[in-house]
Amino acid sequence: MAEEKALIEVKDLKEYFYISTGLFKSKPLKAVDGVSFSIKKGETLGLVGESGCGKTTVGRTLLHLYKPTGGEIIYDGKPVKTRSDIKEFRKKATMVFQDPYSSLNPRMTVSDIIGEPLDVHKLCKNKQERMERILELMSYVGLNSEHAARYAHEFSGGQRQRIGIARSLAVNPDFIVCDEPVSALDVSIQAQVINMFDELQEKLGLTYLFIAHDLLVVRHISDRIAVMYLGKMVELAPAGEIYERPLHPYSKSLLSAVPVPDPKVARANKRIVLSGDIPSPLNAPSGCPFRTRCKYATDKCAETMPEFKEVSKGHFVACHRTEEIND
Amino acid sequence: MALLEVKNLKTSFFTDAGEVKAVNDVSFTLDRGKVLGIVGESGSGKSVTAYSIMQILAGTGKIVGGSVKLDGQELVGAGEKVMKNVRGNKISIIFQDPMTSLNPTYTIGKQLMEAILLHTDRNRKQAYERAVEMLRLVNVNEPERRMKQYPYEFSGGMRQRVMIAMALACEPDILIADEPTTALDVTIQAQILELMGSLQEELGMAIIMITHDLGVVAQICDEVIVMYAGSICEQGTADEIFYNPCHEYTKGLMRSIPTADTAGTKLQPITGTPIDLLNMPKGCPFAPRCDNAMKICIKHRAERMVINDEHAASCWMNVKKGVESGEIEIESEGGEDNG
Repeated sequence: MAEEKALIEVKDLKEYFYISTGLFKSKPLKAVDGVSFSIKKGETLGLVGESGCGKTTVGRTLLHLYKPTGGEIIYDGKPVKTRSDIKEFRKKATMVFQDPYSSLNPRMTVSDIIGEPLDVHKLCKNKQERMERILELMSYVGLNSEHAARYAHEFSGGQRQRIGIARSLAVNPDFIVCDEPVSALDVSIQAQVINMFDELQEKLGLTYLFIAHDLLVVRHISDRIAVMYLGKMVELAPAGEIYERPLHPYSKSLLSAVPVPDPKVARANKRIVLSGDIPSPLNAPSGCPFRTRCKYATDKCAETMPEFKEVSKGHFVACHRTEEIND
Repeated sequence: MALLEVKNLKTSFFTDAGEVKAVNDVSFTLDRGKVLGIVGESGSGKSVTAYSIMQILAGTGKIVGGSVKLDGQELVGAGEKVMKNVRGNKISIIFQDPMTSLNPTYTIGKQLMEAILLHTDRNRKQAYERAVEMLRLVNVNEPERRMKQYPYEFSGGMRQRVMIAMALACEPDILIADEPTTALDVTIQAQILELMGSLQEELGMAIIMITHDLGVVAQICDEVIVMYAGSICEQGTADEIFYNPCHEYTKGLMRSIPTADTAGTKLQPITGTPIDLLNMPKGCPFAPRCDNAMKICIKHRAERMVINDEHAASCWMNVKKGVESGEIEIESEGGEDNG
């Protein structure tokens, strides 16, 4: 089980992209707007939300792939700020990308792809050591040694994702950001890869930030789940609790929209269908971002952003009317 | 008579590497007002089945056998003239990706009116009115203003609604939906599925829903076809397929989906990788990945076996089960060997 100490802590993280709206004029697109959370060692935090809610940006900003506009990232008690911090941090924190087709260089062999992080961080003394490490990494993810000299295009989607995972493990990280790692895979292959994430976590004591839009997959793999909407975190709770007792109106509708693979349950299931689309983050609503689609919205919701507060142990929610609507 | 009758349909792609049998001996019928789900992983032939019905196969693809009858009329070999009248008019299709299936250089209105003008004798004014009516039907706000806009001004969910409006504008008998919600978020997916369900009730058309998501199937399908490597491995009513799966592949699929009960446990994946259609095994195409494969599975492909009135599957395990329970008796020695 996870230890109490936080491995990674994010405080009020902000990431704005400036979109040009004319000559010398620009407008901030608040992709991530004040997100705070922490992940304990050995824990998996699931991050869910609709496309455009900023979940991928959180993952990327967390690893300093984008320079944060504001906020703090604290890894193992130490803030990650300067260039040398970031370089050290990247030996401890890596990423698995969504698309196993475009995230592997077609001109590199599997051993070069997996070996690249080793070369960048100069982790191996000689060629022999490097090759041994590559073969070890390949065995972690269920690839054979004869695959080492092949190119990515010779592999199926599931196997490519294994190569991507082996690459992320090369620097011997403690923390991995998994950005939709199984959504491009077939159902029959998904389960194989999900199990592999589980096994690697046990074996290597990894900590995951698991970003996905497939809520069934997220529930399966996560200890805690955070729900994002329009750049803000609206709810954070232990995985079982958020599925049984979601408190935020958005989490409720999001979870009720999940298609259940069981015809009788699906027929009986009352879905809360949201009207309309997610608003553009360029013109985010004032106050609570969800108020334009929320049936409980009042004037207060338009005025102030609700505080992200703990309502029961480990269960955080940002809604003015939590108590009233959840009797 | 069934609205659509597909019999022993075979479609192949002739590539430099050889013949790829993308659809191999597929038969099914579809009645008016029913929703049929076709499930399978990528490369299982579910989309090619749909494209073969519409005869919109890519360059190297060809229907090499079988028949497709719409209302008793044979479509295979019927010629382009007949098909032009069928496509968009009697059978419409919506594609997976609403981002790329609309033309970015024309307004939504122009694209909607094109189908109406082509297939009905309405004049431009009537076609415009019909297009506005269709947009209203699929819950697009301010349809008159939206008619003048271009696809880039629409979100993914809105574009898929426009695609549905376009597909339904000529009141087709059959709507083929090729992974209509795969590119959309779950909340938008719920909206679209609900819309399709209510339109289907209202207009009484039949829907062929192609998807890899068993959750979507459970939600809206009456009947289900499970495809693997170009062939149907199991077909039946949704309840039969979900609660009484009789093919090892279907069983494997059901086991591999994460549910509320699997949290904290290991999933049971289907081992191995999807089959290479250029190197098809002699026996059951699923045998190389099947945990319960027997000798006969590797040697002979299982015929379609009727489980009950509402259910058929092509899996030797059913024979084994029958023999073990005494329901099937083996008549002569030296016949089929079930070991």
